[in-house]
Amino acid sequence: MNILGAIVTFIVAFAVGMTYGGLTRKITARIQNRKGPPWYQNFIDAYKLYSKSTAIHHGALHFLGPAFLMVSSVMTLLFVPVLTHNNWFENLTFDGDLIFLIYIMTFGPLGMALGAGQTGNPNSAIGVTRGLSQMVGFEIPWVMALVSLMIQYDTTSVTGLMAAQEQSGSWLMFSSPFAFVAAVMAMLGMFRYSPFDIVGAPTELASGPVSENGGKFLFVMMSSGSVFTFAKLTLYVDLFLGGADNLVELLIKTFLLYMIPVLYGTVSPRYRTEQSIRWFWGWPSFFGLLAILQAVIF
Amino acid sequence: MINDKNSQKIVDIIQNWARKHSIWVLAYGTGCGAIEIPPTMTSRYDAERLGVRGAATPRQADVLLITGYLTVKTLKRVIRVYEQMQDPKYVIGFGSCTINGGMYYDSYNTIKVLDKYLPVDVYINGCMPRPEAVLSGFAQLQKRIAEGRATGARHYKENLEWYRANQKKIIPNWIMPEYNW
Repeated sequence: MNILGAIVTFIVAFAVGMTYGGLTRKITARIQNRKGPPWYQNFIDAYKLYSKSTAIHHGALHFLGPAFLMVSSVMTLLFVPVLTHNNWFENLTFDGDLIFLIYIMTFGPLGMALGAGQTGNPNSAIGVTRGLSQMVGFEIPWVMALVSLMIQYDTTSVTGLMAAQEQSGSWLMFSSPFAFVAAVMAMLGMFRYSPFDIVGAPTELASGPVSENGGKFLFVMMSSGSVFTFAKLTLYVDLFLGGADNLVELLIKTFLLYMIPVLYGTVSPRYRTEQSIRWFWGWPSFFGLLAILQAVIF
Repeated sequence: MINDKNSQKIVDIIQNWARKHSIWVLAYGTGCGAIEIPPTMTSRYDAERLGVRGAATPRQADVLLITGYLTVKTLKRVIRVYEQMQDPKYVIGFGSCTINGGMYYDSYNTIKVLDKYLPVDVYINGCMPRPEAVLSGFAQLQKRIAEGRATGARHYKENLEWYRANQKKIIPNWIMPEYNW
């Protein structure tokens, strides 16, 4: 464990996540035939939010909610190997860290749910209910995909799966395609872009769980969201796209992967909660089942 | 070092620059002016390229946009919304009705001069102001923020008694928490 490496990883994740957010806004704007904000708009927004005064007090858990989110994002990031064969970016690893990641990735939203619950805002409560229901939806195909990988390669660590890809010389995306399809479909829900953005719908729910949080709270949420985005994308690249040897390769792969939910979102209307759960338990879970069958039989 | 006057000045310049380029608007659709906000935000005029974006709740917003006439009943809610916003915050009075009552100058149930109840930083006149005028108003606000002259919120705090007296004069049943900002 390299402390300096961990700090560098965090800074890289923050910068890349923020930039991807800004590029997403730009790309969405271009699709809607607008000029759009500059790519660094998210940095300006974050700094402005940080410089706002924050005189909101709803109780201890309200303060802890954003902290839970940040802790969960950073922990996820530290258990994801960012680059292969690089001592700087290889953070924490142990046998079974894939199972640990499944747990820790849901920890942030749960902590946020507690924090949003204490604000007493009805919009927050509705948003939390919808968010957790939707999480139950996309967790099923996501866990199915991961379990099929664990069965197929007989390992429960991310580095083990990366080593398996290196040995066989082909990405898991091609050697277990059903798992990849299921995981990508689960990713659509994980990033909460349209059509699965009912959780934070600004016009219906007044942005849902975050509706009582402004200023520095929102800054912490925004930065933890950026770090989490980077961590999740890197995890996908590690698991299915064979990892990356250098930062440029990583950026290309993560950006291409990130464009799947973004571009799908720009052309989709919004699902209601039960519609999105039905969607996740339909084709994505079917592909997850196929992936497990493939892993068991072959 | 951080309390040094010159470094504070540099910090202020950077902060004002960031605030200028990231304006989150709570468009309080009180009157007919709200209809001019969608064209301002969407592809023809695209306010997002200037950093102007809609905010969903008062907690996240920087600018309270009073779009058009304000009835006495709504004024109470608007005051509450304004006081929930976090510093620094600005108010834009939108349309003639917020300046002098406009076509509602003799109405018994709308307020005539918004500035007596909330500290307005920028007025956009017209009935209706077109999206170009709205964008020009935002540009004016950005200029004032950059120069550090958009100090309506501070003025409100310093003259709270005066504003409260005006507000209580026009709102008969004043049941509001005595505030917590």
